[in-house]
Amino acid sequence: MSTVLVLAEQQFGKLANASLNAIGAAQALAAQVGGGFDIAVAGSGIDAIAATLAGYGAARVFQLEHAALKDYTAQAYGQAFAGAAQASGAKFVIAAATSIGKDCTPRVAARLGAGMASDVVAIGGSASAVTYQRPMWAGNIQGTVKINTAIQVLTVRATEFDAPAAAGSSPVEKVAAAVDAASLRMRFVKLDSVKSDRPSLTDANVVVSGGRGLKEPANFEKVLAPLADLLGAAIGATRAVVDAGWVPNDWQVGQTGKVVAPALYIAVGLSGAIQHLAGMKSSKTIVAINKDPEAPIFQVADFGLVADLFDAVPELTRQISARK
Amino acid sequence: MKILVTAKRVTDPESKLSLTKDGRIDYDSVDFKMNPFCEIAVEEAIKIAEDADDAEVIVVAVGSEDATKEIRTALAMGAHRGILVEADEDTLDSDGVARILVALCKKENPDLVILGKQAVDGDNNQVGQLLAEYLGWPQATFAYKVEIGSDGKSAVVQREVDGGVETVEASFPLVLTTDLRLNEPRYASLPGIMKAKKKPLETLEPADLGVDVAPKVQTVSMALPPKRAAGRLVKSVDELVKALATEAKVI
Repeated sequence: MSTVLVLAEQQFGKLANASLNAIGAAQALAAQVGGGFDIAVAGSGIDAIAATLAGYGAARVFQLEHAALKDYTAQAYGQAFAGAAQASGAKFVIAAATSIGKDCTPRVAARLGAGMASDVVAIGGSASAVTYQRPMWAGNIQGTVKINTAIQVLTVRATEFDAPAAAGSSPVEKVAAAVDAASLRMRFVKLDSVKSDRPSLTDANVVVSGGRGLKEPANFEKVLAPLADLLGAAIGATRAVVDAGWVPNDWQVGQTGKVVAPALYIAVGLSGAIQHLAGMKSSKTIVAINKDPEAPIFQVADFGLVADLFDAVPELTRQISARK
Repeated sequence: MKILVTAKRVTDPESKLSLTKDGRIDYDSVDFKMNPFCEIAVEEAIKIAEDADDAEVIVVAVGSEDATKEIRTALAMGAHRGILVEADEDTLDSDGVARILVALCKKENPDLVILGKQAVDGDNNQVGQLLAEYLGWPQATFAYKVEIGSDGKSAVVQREVDGGVETVEASFPLVLTTDLRLNEPRYASLPGIMKAKKKPLETLEPADLGVDVAPKVQTVSMALPPKRAAGRLVKSVDELVKALATEAKVI
């Protein structure tokens, strides 16, 4: 019986990368408290996903199957995961703080009578008294919390935990998920996403973000895209330009958008509102290009260039390209 | 149609926070306002009520007596009556708030409960989901657009998610949580503010609802995050490229 259970995420037959970071967190927690970890994944017809998850050193992989799990809904997946947690006897239940993780994991906690810590960035304390560090007030305060219940539930910020190395071959237990189909009163209709060849914001090693300083939507393509393409970067945006309809909502970086921590974050024509900083200030290297020397973004930038972005960014693109 | 909506009193996100010597938030130096996501929730509740026949919006705040100010604001925007559940904000956790709301829902039997997706102080993003599971109801979180079914008994909700926009459909009773772009909250008008003074506002304690708010999650300590090492301004793109290549080694 393992002490820790990871709730891995799949949608449309694809395993979420963030789940690997959750497994990394589970490994660290299991090492701290003792007792090893299991992984649970839910869906319908997910043999391949379960097989992939068997390669990360879990004691067991629980493949929870039910027709009602074909598409993700909070109600059905909450029931399935809680059932697996109860059956496994886990004392700690971890999921990545993705949209699905945030949507579903509190329901799991409620079913388990467990307290939950959201968006944990570090795990500390001792074997018998675990503490969790989490950002509060848009990351302006670092809080340390503890959970008093017999079972502790947490979501982890994927950017703060390393994915595990491949390890061994876990046995996969395929089980009928504990879903009460008659209780379900919601259904998934569709997911509209803007297809892109660029890496996803949360996975990218480099992010180039733009704000209102770009002046018009077309400049995301004209000015930022060449730089992003050259660096193999994802493109992010501020709330202001998303609200204005310049770019899709899932490009938003911030307290309530995507939280990213790439090796390199280039902030172009954005002032650096508190809520935006909350989503990127853990990036390893931050570059800011803005013609306003007072812009708050310069306070977090490692390298700041006060310049007109319409001159600076094409020049930057040119020079980096010349080096290749 | 009966809609329950929550309104949390939070520190103004634009206020600069500091900690006292014993590591607690220095509340003397900050302003307070309604949580931005709750403002959006209140607006959505009122809009839905305006479009429906014979609908009532009840606004609930859980916290200190000061939160009556936020209830009055919601009443001034157009909510019909308010409930304050007085509880100690320092120890109250998301689960305690959810359990209080469960008791209120059992009393009031709403068709819809609308909450902000998270409060900008705790940033927990749990209460709506906990509430929905305790009640055995479906949920539609991070709502971007809500369309009430013509029968007034269901909703189609578009949600902002990692991969784009997801559409779900659910029957009432239902819990919704609001995301940033769901609507633009109205300002309370002067007539609205005057009317709000006469609207019913009931004050309760958790014990009145049979709820024990002993927390499951406790804050052990708070600290300011470590500051990043100071950066520097570069004078040209040349200098930037050199720094990125030789110092940061990222290109």
